[in-house]
Amino acid sequence: MNPLTEKLFELLKQVTGYIYPNEIEVHWGILVVVYPYLTGLVAGAFILASLVKVFNVKEVQPAYRLALLTALAFLLIAPLPLLLHLGHPERSFEIFISPNFTSAMAMFGFVYAWYLMVVLLLEIWFTYRKDLIIWAQGETGAMRFIHRALALFSTDISERAVEFDKKMVKGITIIGIPSAFLLHGYVGFIFGSIKANPWWSSVLMPIVFLFSAIVSGIALVIFLYMVITPLRGEKIEVRCLDKMASFLFYAVIVDFSLELLDFIHRLYESEESIRILSDLVMNKLFVSLGVIQVLLGMLLPLAVMVSIRLFKLQEELRKLLYFVSVILIQLGIFATRWNVVIGGQMFSKSFRGLTTFKMDLLGLEGFVMALILLSLPFITLAILIKLLPPWDKVVKSFSDGSAQ
Amino acid sequence: MIRLIHRIPDALRRVLVLFVVVIGIALLVRMLLPAELKDSGIHVKTTIEHEMAKPVKYAGSDACTDCHEEAKLKKEGYHKNLSCETCHGAAKDHAENPTETKPTLPRMREFCSGCHIYNPSRPSGFPQIVPAAHNPLKPCVECHNPHDPRPPKTPAECSACHAGIARTKALSPHVQLECTVCHSAPQGHKLSPRVVRASIPAERAFCGKCHAKDVGAKDAPKVDMLTHGEKYLCWQCHYPHMPEVQ
Amino acid sequence: MERRRFLSKFISIAASGTVLSGFFKRTFARSPDYDPKGHYYGMGIQIDKCIGCGKCVEACKAENDVPKEPFFFRTWIERYVIKRDGEVTVQNIDPRIEQSKEVFSEGDILRSFFVPKLCNQCEKPPCVQVCPVGATFKTEDGVILVDDDRCIGCRYCIQACPYGARYLHPEKETADKCTFCYHRITKGMLPACVEVCPTQARIFGDVKSNASPLGRFKRMNKLHVLKPSLNTEPKVSYSGLDGEVR
Repeated sequence: MNPLTEKLFELLKQVTGYIYPNEIEVHWGILVVVYPYLTGLVAGAFILASLVKVFNVKEVQPAYRLALLTALAFLLIAPLPLLLHLGHPERSFEIFISPNFTSAMAMFGFVYAWYLMVVLLLEIWFTYRKDLIIWAQGETGAMRFIHRALALFSTDISERAVEFDKKMVKGITIIGIPSAFLLHGYVGFIFGSIKANPWWSSVLMPIVFLFSAIVSGIALVIFLYMVITPLRGEKIEVRCLDKMASFLFYAVIVDFSLELLDFIHRLYESEESIRILSDLVMNKLFVSLGVIQVLLGMLLPLAVMVSIRLFKLQEELRKLLYFVSVILIQLGIFATRWNVVIGGQMFSKSFRGLTTFKMDLLGLEGFVMALILLSLPFITLAILIKLLPPWDKVVKSFSDGSAQ
Repeated sequence: MIRLIHRIPDALRRVLVLFVVVIGIALLVRMLLPAELKDSGIHVKTTIEHEMAKPVKYAGSDACTDCHEEAKLKKEGYHKNLSCETCHGAAKDHAENPTETKPTLPRMREFCSGCHIYNPSRPSGFPQIVPAAHNPLKPCVECHNPHDPRPPKTPAECSACHAGIARTKALSPHVQLECTVCHSAPQGHKLSPRVVRASIPAERAFCGKCHAKDVGAKDAPKVDMLTHGEKYLCWQCHYPHMPEVQ
Repeated sequence: MERRRFLSKFISIAASGTVLSGFFKRTFARSPDYDPKGHYYGMGIQIDKCIGCGKCVEACKAENDVPKEPFFFRTWIERYVIKRDGEVTVQNIDPRIEQSKEVFSEGDILRSFFVPKLCNQCEKPPCVQVCPVGATFKTEDGVILVDDDRCIGCRYCIQACPYGARYLHPEKETADKCTFCYHRITKGMLPACVEVCPTQARIFGDVKSNASPLGRFKRMNKLHVLKPSLNTEPKVSYSGLDGEVR
């Protein structure tokens, strides 16, 4: 007997009620949890960066470039879990050469290419162009070549050219915000458009995905900013932190309201599926949804952030509380993705029973693999930061002349 | 034209060139790919061909009657609608190569009871037995010819065929009543049950013989036949094999 | 008997070279005679005829090389038991598991029946809609097929099927499902499940044809499909379908 059927026989004992016989295996495992989590971080980090540009938020300037690079690093890794979970990854190119235009999933390639090439890379390029040229001038060897090549061998750093760069960045940002909405709203649509699955099928799904993405993205940039700045021996700018945290606060409130709306709506309409869904929430998802997603990942950070606003706390304490909150929020958003993806497959479409998800430790769809995939974007980010330092002296004079 | 290109700022021009190159390469790669990879019409066609070429394993009943006389005999019995392969298994190999491969010849009781064991979910007219009570240990084929599975001799008990009803009645207040109290089964019914039917009571008075207020059996529950559910027949509310007494 | 021996001898001579018979099979399979335009297939299922013997499940697995383990089915049988207190119990009937392990006492059962399930070959199939590479499609004659050579194994179609009719083939790592035995029906044969069903609970045919068993089934019965609210428009219809069946 092969390991899969052996595992399924084991799971068979844990099935409660009736499920269709083909439903025992949870087909979308931990890797498909990681995928929307990563794209969510991309969209969130990018939207934070865009807010800074569009509304010209001076306080958050120090984190602007970091946010862009974060978005890029996570976007580069995002398709990897998707690819690895396929039965035939070697055939994945078919999505590009013969896509089925009625499939939400087939649009992945196009949305991804649009977002990576047209939005993110362009915005980063125009933001960094002048610096790349200046860096290259002061360098020798390979690094000089890399920076020159990254600048596409342009050399023009005249007033007019730099002015044009700024204009382009602004323009791309304006296209970028709806694109970021599209990227993650689309991931929500992949789930929200499955009419067979009442846990997924909801018009709110793309919007809930989007706002949870914004929450997780902002929280991630705050986290990275708080970790990297001291490592560089610099002082964390509390002004910047406060502003990002206030964005985070509003995003969490919107996200929470949307999820509450979804919950109340389901409960009030109380359709055929409500019994099995309540069973699912009360039994299989009690810890991951009730405790981790809602209590630890949302209500607790919300309470912390409200108290920071109510009582004028000391700077150091505030930093500590922000740090704890963003970690809790990350945990909560990961649990959100888990509950959507895994939760949606643990009940039978006969609405009569529940199955169980048992994650492997090793293997292609295992826990270790998920950890590797979750740490890869950070490694990518480290390389990107090395190549395109977001905090060089030049940077500051470029982006915010009045800061120094 | 060239002047127009020169009016585009240098930075943008470089980006555009890069884009044109990348998209150009992508299109070129696509163009160079063989048609089988791109054309969904070809996929559909080859899949259908592939699907149609899969080997058949169940030959179908017609294949059997060509050689087997018994298969014709089966056309009259209760098993007339059964496909030969329902019992004998997939036989395409045998039909193509009759001497080399032989279909299965199930003779165990377990095989027949796969269909004929009593199961409350089965439709009530379907012949079902309780194997423990029905000539245990004897192979079915000793008494029944599977190609014409008529009972060899008149069954002594109604439960031989009506196991479901018998089991239900066994738990009911009517357990003491013989089937023949309410039904008369002519001899013919026992041999051709679908042609000769057993009788069923026709009127309220029949139940009244026991259950009417002033007559009938001592320990039977009594009702006033004039007022108790007057326009209905008794069995429109009560199931006689399991009358609810509450 | 004489004829049979003669025939078997004749066939063994005729097919002495397996090469020849192989050639014959292949040309037959790719027979250009079959015109999908003239057909549109559907199935009717009579709930009150199904005895839950599971012959269809066995035949399907044998005919289509479906893995034997009880997690992979192109067709399966559900048993519904609705008790007097309203509790509904559903089981998947596995022909290999002893059926006599009965857990209900007849007195508690209000009604009970078997429901054969298979791919509904929807008119508006959600699985086809979501497949990112177009590896699954509807043929001209109305059957949903999967292209093994193109399926990337993303399992989106499995998620999108409201009926649980698809599974991921454990060896091929591609989606698999009922094809109405496309290799049989295009040769004018019945699907394996229909061929072996001992009680004609399954009726296969052309949905357009009136003078056919399927036509009669549609004339004579009040019909229903599974999960009509999802607007998938199944081509498998049921007579006597209970409201508890989903």
